[in-house]
Amino acid sequence: MSVKVYIPTPFRKITGNRTFVDAEGIDVNGVLRDLDQRFPGFGEMVFDGEQELLEHVNVYVNNHEITSLQGAETPVADGDEMAVIPALAGGAGAAMTPEMVERYSRHLIMDQVGPLGQRKLIDGKILAVGAGGLGSPVLVYLAAAGIGTIGVADFDVVDRSNLQRQIIHGTSDIGRLKVDSAKDRILDMNPNINVVTHTSPLTSDNAMEIIPEYDVIINGADNFATRYLVNDAAFLAEKILVDGSIFLFEGQVTTFFPGEGCYRCLYPSPPPPGMVPSCSEAGVLGVLPGTVGAIQATEAIKVLLEQGEPLKNRLLLYDALAMDFRTVKIRRDPQCPLCGDAPTVTELIDYEEFCGSPFHEN
Amino acid sequence: MAVEVRVPSMLQKFTDGEKKVQLESANIGELLATLESSYPGIGNQLMEDGELRRFVNIYLNDEDIRFLDGMETSLSDGDVLAILPALAGGAA
Repeated sequence: MSVKVYIPTPFRKITGNRTFVDAEGIDVNGVLRDLDQRFPGFGEMVFDGEQELLEHVNVYVNNHEITSLQGAETPVADGDEMAVIPALAGGAGAAMTPEMVERYSRHLIMDQVGPLGQRKLIDGKILAVGAGGLGSPVLVYLAAAGIGTIGVADFDVVDRSNLQRQIIHGTSDIGRLKVDSAKDRILDMNPNINVVTHTSPLTSDNAMEIIPEYDVIINGADNFATRYLVNDAAFLAEKILVDGSIFLFEGQVTTFFPGEGCYRCLYPSPPPPGMVPSCSEAGVLGVLPGTVGAIQATEAIKVLLEQGEPLKNRLLLYDALAMDFRTVKIRRDPQCPLCGDAPTVTELIDYEEFCGSPFHEN
Repeated sequence: MAVEVRVPSMLQKFTDGEKKVQLESANIGELLATLESSYPGIGNQLMEDGELRRFVNIYLNDEDIRFLDGMETSLSDGDVLAILPALAGGAA
């Protein structure tokens, strides 16, 4: 029987950098022996001294892990696809458990993620500012992707009017702290996650204690004071910031890398209070933050994986009514008071005074 | 020069709900004046003391006019102008 075998990155030095190789055998064991014949050294990577499959190596036949089939005796047929996935990744890091290997299998078989990429996600630390409309999809997808440490900052409680869009919360959560409700949902989705809840409002006094603990910050704040605070703290702590905002049918998303432009470069100062209505005053299409938050989560995951092109120096504009996505160029402003050539903002300021509005709009 | 101006939903109350309006102007400064005379009230949302408000950006064919010639930026037939105010909403 001739089968196609997926070879993950760590084994490709043995296969001449080939991602897929053909091999023959009547069962998994036979195919692996054949691979050892074709690619000397392969056997040592997958078998122990007793010629048993190493415990940290998982083998898949047509996307099914073989321990759920007949183990090494699992028969193979012409045209079957096998994958040999080592659970160890990232040097001396801890092994993924069999549960994790199964859970993340669709990532592990991708070239762009694989065991090394999944390890980066597991080692990643992301803070979501706000567990509301944007935070909901952000947190659910980060949990599903296996981001090892997820911070949730929100001091609000779940209100019935939140449930039109805040899919991380349910009717039975009404009246609970959003961070508690979000934590339950995250752990139900993926018990491997370390969830850190921040219940106190983010302020100039505590932001520099919280934000430096993370690799990537996702801003889903509902007011300008918090938006500028998080921008400034992320820059000062040299953290990547994925900013997203929504209004009625429109969304804006961009990713700021420290020193390459910030929210103040884009919008030097906030509108006067009352000039720009908030979502609670003007409304928002319930599914809109789903789209925008999913894009923010995509950006954060790409940043951790070091894959693809982030929205760096680009502002993505989404119009749900027109179903139109466009990007415009944005750039670092040399005059920026925070990240410009002669900064005047060198520590956190009083953002309620700067914005003329409180940290919360309700 | 005939240009298309894309109006954000926040300001569509001034344009009778229109998302796009067509105007004739030689440069951005003139265009904003024409916009105000065609749709009274919208100018005050965008400008203060003759300057663009700092929470409003204008993009000419996807380039921020602050990095072109600002109000002096000249326009060509078929140009597309987008007005983008800062949005705060995260829908808490």
